[in-house]
Amino acid sequence: AMELPEGPKARLDGTAVAVGYLRYLRGGPGRGLELREVRRARRQDIDDVGHKYYLELELEDVLDKDRTVSCTAEVLYPLGSKSSAPDVQVTVQGELRSTEEADQEFYNRIRSLEKELEAENIPDSHGNVPPELEPIHRLAWVASGFLIWQNSTENTQFHLAQVKRVKQVKRSDEDLQFDYVLLLHEMVSQEVLPWEVTVLWHPQNGARVSQS
Amino acid sequence: IQLDFWLAPRGLGLPVDIRVPFPSLQAVKVHLEASGLSYSIMIEDVQALLDEEQMEMLRSSRQVPLDTDTFNYEAYHTIDEIYSFLDLLVAENPNLVSKLEIGRSTEDRPLYVLKFSTGGTNRPAIWIDTGIHSREWVTQASGVWFAKKIVQDHANNEGVASILETMDIFLEIVTNPDGFAFTHTKNRMWRKTRSKHSGSICVGVDPNRNWDAGFGDAGASGNPCTETYHGPYPNSEPEVKSIVDFVKSHGNIKAFISIHSYSQLLLYPYGYTETPAPDQQELDEVSAKAVAALSSLYGTKFKYGSIITTIYRASGSTVDWTYNQGIKYSFTFELRDTGRYGFLLPAKQIVPTAEETWLALKVIMEHTRDNLY
Repeated sequence: AMELPEGPKARLDGTAVAVGYLRYLRGGPGRGLELREVRRARRQDIDDVGHKYYLELELEDVLDKDRTVSCTAEVLYPLGSKSSAPDVQVTVQGELRSTEEADQEFYNRIRSLEKELEAENIPDSHGNVPPELEPIHRLAWVASGFLIWQNSTENTQFHLAQVKRVKQVKRSDEDLQFDYVLLLHEMVSQEVLPWEVTVLWHPQNGARVSQS
Repeated sequence: IQLDFWLAPRGLGLPVDIRVPFPSLQAVKVHLEASGLSYSIMIEDVQALLDEEQMEMLRSSRQVPLDTDTFNYEAYHTIDEIYSFLDLLVAENPNLVSKLEIGRSTEDRPLYVLKFSTGGTNRPAIWIDTGIHSREWVTQASGVWFAKKIVQDHANNEGVASILETMDIFLEIVTNPDGFAFTHTKNRMWRKTRSKHSGSICVGVDPNRNWDAGFGDAGASGNPCTETYHGPYPNSEPEVKSIVDFVKSHGNIKAFISIHSYSQLLLYPYGYTETPAPDQQELDEVSAKAVAALSSLYGTKFKYGSIITTIYRASGSTVDWTYNQGIKYSFTFELRDTGRYGFLLPAKQIVPTAEETWLALKVIMEHTRDNLY
């Protein structure tokens, strides 16, 4: 495996994909995972298979900033295939802060809303997120994490630019449903494009994301 | 108990919202639990929200500032507010600051450059521009802060005061005013200029692909509907041409720094070719020092290197052209953050961003002054 040169040249190294995948797996209204540092990045070119990136990352939970969590990730971009998602394996070392209470509170709050929740432009133009929309914003990170994982190639790097719109859809079952329009910013082309995505969420069952 | 119903009781089975004064909290909780009524807390502390809102309102009050001391540096401003600021700054410091109009944008907005000078004739100069990509709001906001900082340093005879003894500083804060106005009124994510070139319904050219350095090569797009469209020909954009004309006619600019966001990078030429710039080693050393200075303030980590090895291949970019004109100390910054907020950096990060960036700029300016060529 080739060690990727320190810092600068490691730009397109699968980090955004690994973080996206982690947010999708472990994020939620009560937990927002943020990348603190890339400790190490290596690339291996596997004949007839593709390019594999080995990453050592340091993450933080934005609601538990005093701690960092180490994680290792392997991101495999399959050869030639433009339409299949990279294969990602992650291991999180140590424990993340429990979100049970926060999740239940959020769940109860949304379930008890008279009108379906609807909001636009999170954050707003000035970078503000109203406190009561922060869990909705974090859930958008879960959704964008899924999109970024599913749609990245070795030559793209996506970030969530903004939640353009979110609309709750009341359901007869126990899940919460949110239909999002997310703006994703792609670094290489510099395009900011809208993606429609639906998130089903439940405190015990976590998030299920489907691209519209 | 003094319960304040924000959503009054309407009928059986329908929820109510109640603001409960602190002294009554326990009693209400006990009552609800004893009665088997389910509840959830929507707002933990109403007073905290009110305090925050009050602070926010004071901070972002839209009152026209009477001077640059009452101007709110911790908020994002409109183009009119920034243009008023320019005039205030000049009026307050007529012996140091002047405002130059170097051209007009596609939509006929003036392109203003502030000149900071303590005298002399055509002294060696430093150029700084912000806001060439209009959605990168922390850059224009930082430019405003830089302008005030230069004036303050001069007044207190510290910081860049020594640089101003022998050099001039040019600062263009709203380098892409049409795009900037558009981000305020129609599309916060607009990057390019607002020019319409025949043959396409799409609007705008990427002003950082429109310069005559590797123009049209790989690293820019020929499709007018994309964000990195290089334009029909080099300098087709008046926002770019005005700077080209200014630099050429001035003839004595020794450092050129173009400021973008986001990614936290300090970059030097080239973007259009993998051939290292002849001064690569020196530029790399200066970058290392600048980035260390930046980081010393709040710990913000920056990476650095040439454009092509650090970020991606980009042709027709600003500092590749300025470098090829002989301006050795040509740098591009990408300011905070690394993607968490991206272009929508919270306003409270404006001043810390400007402060740390200024330390890096000073390293570059001082190196230029001490290594004039």
